[in-house]
Amino acid sequence: MEELIQVKNLKKYFDTPRGKLHAVDDLSFTISHGQTLGVVGESGCGKSTLGRVIIRLLDPTDGTVLFEGKDITRSKDIKSLRRNLQMIFQDPYSSLNPRMSVSEIISEPLIVHHLCRGSAEIEARTRQLMDTVGLASRFINAYPHEMDGGRRQRIGIARALALNPKFIVCDEPVSALDVSIQAQILNLMQDLQESMGFTYMFITHNLSVVKHISTDIMVMYLGMMVEKCPADELFERTLHPYSKALLAAIPEPTLKKDRQAKLLRGEIVSPIEPKPGCRFAARCEFAGPACFERTPDLEEVLPGHYVACHRVNEINQL
Amino acid sequence: MSVKNPDMRPELLQVKDLVIQYETSDGIVKAVNGVNFSLREGETLGLVGETGAGKTTTALGIMRLVPDPPGRIVSGQVFFEGKDLLKENKVQMRAHRGKDISMIFQDPMTSLNPVLTVGDQIAEVVRIHEKLSRADAIKRAAEMLQIVGIPAERMNEYPHQFSGGMKQRVVIAIALACSPKLIIADEPTTALDVTIQAQVLDLIHNIQQKYQTGMLMITHDLGVVAEICSKVAIMYAGYIVEYGSIEDIFEDPRHPYTKGLFGALPNLKKKVHRLSPIDGMMPDPANLPQGCPFEPRCPHRTESCTQKVPEGIEVTPGHMVRCICCAQGGGK
Repeated sequence: MEELIQVKNLKKYFDTPRGKLHAVDDLSFTISHGQTLGVVGESGCGKSTLGRVIIRLLDPTDGTVLFEGKDITRSKDIKSLRRNLQMIFQDPYSSLNPRMSVSEIISEPLIVHHLCRGSAEIEARTRQLMDTVGLASRFINAYPHEMDGGRRQRIGIARALALNPKFIVCDEPVSALDVSIQAQILNLMQDLQESMGFTYMFITHNLSVVKHISTDIMVMYLGMMVEKCPADELFERTLHPYSKALLAAIPEPTLKKDRQAKLLRGEIVSPIEPKPGCRFAARCEFAGPACFERTPDLEEVLPGHYVACHRVNEINQL
Repeated sequence: MSVKNPDMRPELLQVKDLVIQYETSDGIVKAVNGVNFSLREGETLGLVGETGAGKTTTALGIMRLVPDPPGRIVSGQVFFEGKDLLKENKVQMRAHRGKDISMIFQDPMTSLNPVLTVGDQIAEVVRIHEKLSRADAIKRAAEMLQIVGIPAERMNEYPHQFSGGMKQRVVIAIALACSPKLIIADEPTTALDVTIQAQVLDLIHNIQQKYQTGMLMITHDLGVVAEICSKVAIMYAGYIVEYGSIEDIFEDPRHPYTKGLFGALPNLKKKVHRLSPIDGMMPDPANLPQGCPFEPRCPHRTESCTQKVPEGIEVTPGHMVRCICCAQGGGK
């Protein structure tokens, strides 16, 4: 499989009054053509920052991102990158300019990139995009405030599709929506991927959504990757203690009363000037002395299944 | 409405034909249209629905906190321990709030006062309702913090010094401070991460079991309902479309909307290629269809569905469904 995105030792640190905040710390992974990489983690784990660094909405502190084999991390020509790298934002309420009509929002990228000649062509393309994402053409002159969350998110998707990108970062695209609408948007995104061959990076905190849509899943904790494997594998054979806790914490809409599993103690802390050692150690029930001393490396424990944990073999009896 | 296993515990809350409307410049918004449910001591009723279904308005109606104007409780009765809350005057109502009935709000970031320490905020409710001295109230505040799992030393800190999960614990401590008989929790964990949500749900559940508090749990998350509720009311466009025990709703859902909600959820256990969403959108509550509110989106709609709003039918004891198809023996 051809690799569309290759991320190598990517780091993004933010300066804060209390020191450097390690939002993304030394991540390496690849995303193949037409695949979906799901990124899960709790708020503050760096998943959104990761998405933004990859498509250069933020500049990395260190490391490289290759797009179709070309290093884009230091590219000066960001405008032409945007034709291939797009983003769908979380909040359909704040990511649309309230003073622009639907047609203005969707056609703006077409105009900026000079992709269409003449207003007739722009309008035709705008209508075509609206049709693709399932927005009735009567909304063409409507403003975002006239529409509900599901329709607004469709505008956001149409805008991201306008340039026919190859790679789309979807940052929690459905978490602001009701379940019945959420399913509509997820189906739409899958259909678009099948018909146009998009590659997605799907950032979410919702594990059932990520399982549904992803080919591979990466679990992040405080800026680091703790586990990465094919989507089904993560749910059948969860290896990292954090991933296990995350899975156990999801309330499931079924009546099985066997849960009452161990709840994770404590809370996520902010990764400012982290000490060496596993960042999850303080909350981990299996933590031993080594966990507080050395940062575990990401290792391929099983074929295609990467885990960063000192004690993964003992815990799972591998 | 009876409950499946007739329960001897006294009826705590009974809402009868509650109708709440908002008068806006665009017309009358029918937010709650004749809602009926009841709750016993120690029971948890989950009120489930999507944005705009009228869940929060129902809760505010029980507390008599519907902003008036534009909101108005048009008709109905809300019996709390046999007394109709809608007939109480303002002073009597104020004595109930925070004492007998308390509320946990959705967003812990905005429901605490940023300029008071958390200890003072817990002590405030105790001092108002139990006429304790300041010193005693502070002592109670410290106990409450410990009950919700926060070290008492932190009582002199301000809300911004706490994380989201911790703030929600403070809100819970305030709600519990006067040992209320009924807690109304409005999406108490929606703003929290899953691992923190699990901790908070666990805390709410334990406290509720220990003190036998009745609880009205408002949520859109069927997973949360499965965790802690004993009864469920599914709300759509201001109507309760299905109501029954947790087993009724999860094992034998009858209303097409309830089934649609379950179908739209991505499942962790089963692999499906496509989700089955409910087509269309919830109708505008200012402009409800004449017939069944779900009719425009319903896969089983018939001509007669457009005639009038279906009545609730008891399909099995204690399991009410508001759908004509179910009445005719269909809908299975």
